[in-house]
Amino acid sequence: MKAFAALLDRLVLTSSRNAKLRLMEDYFRDTPDPDRGWALAGIAGTLSFASVKPGVLRTLGLERMDPVLFAYSYDYVGDLAETLSLVWPSSPGAADENLPLSAVVETLQRTSRSDAPAILAALLDRLDVPGRFAVIKLVTGGLRIGVSARLVKQALANLGKVEVGEIEELWHGLEPPYEPLFAWLEGRAGKPVLAARALFRPVMLANALQEVDAEKLDPADYAAEWKWDGIRVQLVNEADTRRIYSRTGDDVGATFPDLLEAMEFEGVVDGELLVGSPPGDTRTFSDLQQRLNRKTVSAKMLTQYPVFVRAYDLLVEGDTDLRGLGFLDRRARLIEFLGRLERTRFDLSPLVDFASFAELDGKRRNPPHPVIEGVMLKRTDSPYLAGRPKGPWFKWKRDPYTVDAVLMYAQRGHGKRSSFYSDFTFGVWTGPADAPELVPVGKAYFGFTDEELRQLDKYVRDNTVERFGPVRSVRADPGHGLVLEVAFEGLNRSTRHRSGVAMRFPRISRLRWDKPAREADRIEALTALLGEEAPQEKASRKSKP
Amino acid sequence: MRASQILHTRPEGLYCPVGDFFIDPVRPVKRALITHGHSDHARAGHGKVLATQETLDVMRLRYGEGFAGETQAAAFGEEFRIGAARVAFHPAGHVLGSAQIAVSAGGLCIVASGDYKRAPDPTTPGFEVVPCDVFITEATFGLPVFCHPDAASEIDRLLASLKEFPERTHIVGAYALGKAQRVIRLLRDRGYERPIFIHGALQKLCDYYASRGIDLGELRPATVEAGGRQDFAGEIVVGTPSAFADRWARRFADPVACFASGWMRIRQRAKQRGVELPLIISDHSDWDELTRTIADTGAREVWVTHGREEALARWCELNGIAARPLHLVGYEDEGD
Repeated sequence: MKAFAALLDRLVLTSSRNAKLRLMEDYFRDTPDPDRGWALAGIAGTLSFASVKPGVLRTLGLERMDPVLFAYSYDYVGDLAETLSLVWPSSPGAADENLPLSAVVETLQRTSRSDAPAILAALLDRLDVPGRFAVIKLVTGGLRIGVSARLVKQALANLGKVEVGEIEELWHGLEPPYEPLFAWLEGRAGKPVLAARALFRPVMLANALQEVDAEKLDPADYAAEWKWDGIRVQLVNEADTRRIYSRTGDDVGATFPDLLEAMEFEGVVDGELLVGSPPGDTRTFSDLQQRLNRKTVSAKMLTQYPVFVRAYDLLVEGDTDLRGLGFLDRRARLIEFLGRLERTRFDLSPLVDFASFAELDGKRRNPPHPVIEGVMLKRTDSPYLAGRPKGPWFKWKRDPYTVDAVLMYAQRGHGKRSSFYSDFTFGVWTGPADAPELVPVGKAYFGFTDEELRQLDKYVRDNTVERFGPVRSVRADPGHGLVLEVAFEGLNRSTRHRSGVAMRFPRISRLRWDKPAREADRIEALTALLGEEAPQEKASRKSKP
Repeated sequence: MRASQILHTRPEGLYCPVGDFFIDPVRPVKRALITHGHSDHARAGHGKVLATQETLDVMRLRYGEGFAGETQAAAFGEEFRIGAARVAFHPAGHVLGSAQIAVSAGGLCIVASGDYKRAPDPTTPGFEVVPCDVFITEATFGLPVFCHPDAASEIDRLLASLKEFPERTHIVGAYALGKAQRVIRLLRDRGYERPIFIHGALQKLCDYYASRGIDLGELRPATVEAGGRQDFAGEIVVGTPSAFADRWARRFADPVACFASGWMRIRQRAKQRGVELPLIISDHSDWDELTRTIADTGAREVWVTHGREEALARWCELNGIAARPLHLVGYEDEGD
């Protein structure tokens, strides 16, 4: 436990990628099984503790300490896990230097929900501050140590002197604490043979197209496709074991029984999951949201919001791995493959003709369908590679929407920003034109520079009208207020928000110190995007000059 | 006699009317008693100064010969009569020469503890509990989240990192008076025998500590003339915290920024300062030391100064001890 806690403490403050790799590689080399495997699971996010709920932590803290002192402490530190690790009473001699990580993990995994608080508390009693922090972070999920799953796999690759792709390929067939994986990496055993069927293949991802790239690329080397606004999926059927994976390898099949049933093929297909019925009917992300994250799906849902897959790629056909072929060769096989499938459930993502990037840019700005969010560029001769290799694939997204909104509330950030008001709620005008009112439409906590954050923080402190805990309400009326230009990717209908809309991926794109609050946008500018009203005063697309 | 007749606050600092003197005044006064040599407590320009010999020496090193009109050295335990007040200095364990000042009059004893710690420190005599009626305590780390670990284990983390990253320079930020010498001495105690490179601003005080019998081993200036970039690879360099942001720091090979301070307990503090290896080594008391000391003195009343007064006052309230914040201005919040 001590070594793992020390590793987390180092990783959290280390910014250099190479130093992070060194720290992890050294840890994996020096730590015995099964501890290192549990640590790997914790870092890669494959560890979960179903019976421990985050809410239990605060309760445990308050049972042990005066609530006022706890509040002062939490307010100062800004992070609940860290606060608790620090204020937890340590009884002298209770700390167990040699408590292994595996004992902690196995104990917590065995525990029932009702026993969890007492068992967690007993473990915390046996640990020192860094150990407590590590355990609390593990059980609440999300270590936030600035290490991606990809980076930890790179550390493993360095340890075993193998290609990271080999590890990605194996990854979803392995389970914590990964003993066969380490045995292979250390040369004590052969490469693990995956017994399970229908495994996830690491997906190929694109880099955003930068202007400098576009200048260097030859359009003749690339094919273009529309980028559809659904969810990227990988469909696998091996000997009738059927799986639908998200792009991160989560099995989401249970949510889409209609699609599973239609997967009458042998192979692996990469595509976009959308709501609608091809060829004519492709519906919005809002409609798709009706189908996401549901454990059970009603018959009504299935008929009202049918799903289908717009296929991008064919990775495996029968038992032939096609990933080594070039894009156009795979695509030719894909076209034939799709011909044998149910047409209302599968169609082909069409290619977009273009002779120059300028021409493609024109098409990108005026896509033929509202569910298109940009174009993809794929090198015609490129194999299908795991991860996000630089060069073969680019995404060229459409420009975001923008709206001018008024700052209404600000909340103090946590962590690095705990001394700044950094989470901003903003609203647009509604009600009669002569007596408008603000209605909140979203919240954003990034998009601004560090300097702009300092200005925003000062503005909030200087214009506070009310405080509720960490939240301040800021003066915002037609004659006085700060206008924020907010960029966002799309809009969904929402019953949870008073405004009736929810923004996707909102961020603050500009501070409009120059714009009077009364001239910020009205709610109609947003509702028009939902297609409810005439687009008279539509939110604008921000287009680059 | 009421406690406030013995000591109360004035704009210049804590004032004793019956003895007509100030303790650690922030403006020049006729007569000052100084707890220790840190510049927010020990300022130049007073008429008469009474302090320990070490504190007077440090003030002379920092401000030059004429830093006060007249000086008098106080030995620990020695009693002085100043007007109607009796005064004595006792070790505070904060830095070399640091003292608590006990002021008694009319059968009432108040201890102004200045800055203090209870953890062992090879560079200064240990804190002595002085029973009193009113205890004036600092609260720099006056929150339950502050629990300083054993300093030796922090030094061991530094040495482990040096082993793991032998091609990088480990630069340790440490305050010039006290912390820097303590870190160097602790490194020696953990068996580190290589020369330690120091920033020029530390030289005089390190020499002074050595002259008082605190062996710091071989110290070399961290100057470029002493060697090129690569010569510092795998070495430990100690500098003042402000030197970090300076161009000075650019001369080192791929540096690992370390900072020896009690603030390093909070990850975000470390992150904000760009510290990669925080060393939680403090010359101030942590929460347990503060609360234990209040209990040990047997004081029935506690006055809390610089730091997080409200939490410590709350603890006193929960433990049936009268407490109030003493709003003294001029002491640095960042006092570690």
